[in-house]
Amino acid sequence: MKRMANFVVIGHVDHGKSTLMGRLLCDMKVVDQRSLEKLRKEAGNIGKSSFALAWVMDQTREERSRGVTVDVATNHFETERTRFTILDAPGHRDFIPNMIAGASQADFAVLVIDASTNSFESGLKGQTKEHALLVRSMGVQRIVVAVNKMDTVSWSEERFKDISLQMSTFLTTTSFQAKNITFIPLAGLTGENVTKKVTDPKAKWYTGQTLVEALDTSEIAKRDVKKPLRLTINDVFRGGITNPVSISGRIQAGSVQIGDIILAMPSNETAAIKAIEVENEPVDWAVAGQIPTLHLADIDPVHLRSGDVACDPKNPIKLIKTFTSKILAFEHVLPMSVEVFRGRLQAEGKLKKLVATLNKTSGEIMKNKPRIVKPGEVARVVVELDRELPLEPGTRVVLREGGNTIAAGLLEAN
Amino acid sequence: MRLLKSQIDQKHGSGFATFLPEEPEDMWHAYNLIQPTDLIRAKALRRVQKTSDSGSVSSERVKIDLTIAVTSTDFDIGSGQLHVAGRVAVENEYVKLGGHHTLDLELNRRFTLEKVDGWDSVALEMLKEACDTQRKAELWAVVMGEGIANICLITEHQTILRQRVEVAVPRKRRGGIDGHDKGMEKFFWTTLSTLLRQMDLSSAAASTQPEKTVPLLIASPGFVATSFLAYIKAEATRTTNKPLLALLPTILVAHSSSPHVHSLAEVLASSVITTKLSDTKYARETALMDKFNTYIRLDDGRAWYGPREVERAVEKGAVGRGGGVLLISNALFRANDVVERKRWVGLVDRVRDVEGGEVRVLSSLHESGQRLEALGNVAAILTFPLEDLDEEDDEEEEVAEAPVVEEEDMII
Ligand SMILES: Nc1nc2c(ncn2[C@@H]2O[C@H](COP(=O)(O)OP(=O)(O)O)[C@@H](O)[C@H]2O)c(=O)[nH]1
Repeated sequence: MKRMANFVVIGHVDHGKSTLMGRLLCDMKVVDQRSLEKLRKEAGNIGKSSFALAWVMDQTREERSRGVTVDVATNHFETERTRFTILDAPGHRDFIPNMIAGASQADFAVLVIDASTNSFESGLKGQTKEHALLVRSMGVQRIVVAVNKMDTVSWSEERFKDISLQMSTFLTTTSFQAKNITFIPLAGLTGENVTKKVTDPKAKWYTGQTLVEALDTSEIAKRDVKKPLRLTINDVFRGGITNPVSISGRIQAGSVQIGDIILAMPSNETAAIKAIEVENEPVDWAVAGQIPTLHLADIDPVHLRSGDVACDPKNPIKLIKTFTSKILAFEHVLPMSVEVFRGRLQAEGKLKKLVATLNKTSGEIMKNKPRIVKPGEVARVVVELDRELPLEPGTRVVLREGGNTIAAGLLEAN
Repeated sequence: MRLLKSQIDQKHGSGFATFLPEEPEDMWHAYNLIQPTDLIRAKALRRVQKTSDSGSVSSERVKIDLTIAVTSTDFDIGSGQLHVAGRVAVENEYVKLGGHHTLDLELNRRFTLEKVDGWDSVALEMLKEACDTQRKAELWAVVMGEGIANICLITEHQTILRQRVEVAVPRKRRGGIDGHDKGMEKFFWTTLSTLLRQMDLSSAAASTQPEKTVPLLIASPGFVATSFLAYIKAEATRTTNKPLLALLPTILVAHSSSPHVHSLAEVLASSVITTKLSDTKYARETALMDKFNTYIRLDDGRAWYGPREVERAVEKGAVGRGGGVLLISNALFRANDVVERKRWVGLVDRVRDVEGGEVRVLSSLHESGQRLEALGNVAAILTFPLEDLDEEDDEEEEVAEAPVVEEEDMII
């Protein structure tokens, strides 16, 4: 079987994520020239012709008229070696929950950074850092940094080096390992260094990989194919007249095949798998790492919600109301109300107790019952949810409050 | 709440007061005023069985004067019903001394409250606040996201989640059947009809001011709130629904960071709202909690939270004149344990009267009160830094620590 990989695209608003992905899809011949011409015309009609490439990714009317990506869009393309799924995440801070959902399905991340003067700097103050922190918190270990819009800085080697240096300093402090970070200078709008090597003489100094080459040589995360099934439901919808109930989401562990019975939690209702699709093609089975669509029978859609977990009825995931978690604080943390995010799941809860602050590398206790946990500190805390949810040790969560990401967490065995 | 009569000795605090609750919020005040051991007198209906001379038994409902010594209270936030349980304190023809009885306090039914140990300073303050007749700000709020809406009524002292609407909205997807737009339409429809039903119910309950239009706040991350407003406008025009048309000019749209109720705190503290609804208790309390949070982030020992820590700070004279502030939730004064209540009233009296500091009692039913609850219901801003107020708590706890072996350099 061909290698499969999912990657999430992140970055500050307007840094060119959608344009870059649109370019990738066009050059990989996923989107045909005719469709692109049609989008170009539509975009031209409202005086935003440069948005045509971005529209390949942005789907809903709302997003088009407002020019921002709201939800996670998925698209597929393949190289000789790998079948890729792109998860295009929204950059605006209001939609970070969608970004978390995207990151939770990804094997690695592509961080898009606008190299043009001042943009990189304002992005650093904006979402660039938060996004990088978030994907790392969700367990993504490998990151490809697309230093975009190089055409606007005349392919300046100095600028590229400067940005790479600043970013790698930051990324290593957020515990990305240096060997897992790659920087590529490129231009999404023109397509240089996306699939084709840059030909501009000003870029002679660069002899490294194109974006696609970098993606193709990226190692992918281990798959837990042998473990019991865990699929986090990302979407519940009507898959068609013959498929009234369908779900999609990434298989975190295990596998599914047609005819299997799955158990949805927290509703505790079973369903039979009638048909499976991967990348819009019917298949007989799917395994950990893939993001299939499952067409279901024998279940009422009211028992399925995005954020729920579909699992193996013989090895069901438990529902819990209180959990202990190690956290890495991004902001000051006090006992307070928090929103807990795991993939598409979004729940209200309270951070009840600050148990101890911990040594970052050894995990030893530094101080019991701290009054406050400061940004950058690692601590053990107890969180109580407003209602029972399917969560288990080893799950990664993100804690947010008032629109800010305050901490990333890793559930411990209670 | 209307104060019909009061005879309270200014010096010793002994005496009684007679109240007439007129608005739903008054039940909340009553709940805060009535403590175990208090005497409460009200009319109650009692079913009485009579045996006539001929021996036939008939049952009849009689209105009696009932006085009970309170043992516990039970308040339902949603319906505003207050049940007071106690033992009969004054015997009469129908009830025996010491017998158990539950009084259901209701709107427009008077009751008399007497404090056996006298009215303490906190109780007197509550009485004043409860009977303040100034027009109070009231607001409906819908905090929403795609497929989820929390419909709340915000009054001077309470934030009440009246109903939560959840409608599954499919994500957008390429080609095929796009359930997204249809899902949103259904979601908006459900939210609007639920909201109108809730508003209807409550204006019927507030019999005293049936005519007033309460403003409506719609808040969400992203564009949902704006789209919902557009939907309401379209519906109002399409249906020419009078109450809906009347509502339109009062609607405020704001940004919230999440669809959850606790995002209301940040919305109501934002300038969009404070300029429209100036100086609500809500906004004042939120500002105070924000101030506390700013101090504690500085981590310079000038902000403390938790019962023992705050008591120690007060003992050391750090919550006094020149900027000392004690933040305390009214939940602590509702303690069923009388000794516990005395502890907190004592702390309040000391800060205000002896130390010269500022005391703010926060409502546990507002978001700021819930932030305080997470911190143990009491917090203080000190006039000078103190360290290690939590020291003695640090007795080494048994924490089993497995050695962490991971390939990553950080444990998380
Ligand atoms: N000059 C130049 N402009 C670009 C490039 N990539 C994107 N843009 C422009 O940057 C703007 C934002 O791009 P978009 O893809 O919508 O950003 P997103 O918000 O990150 O998805 C658009 O006007 C694009 O045309 C590039 O490589 N070079």
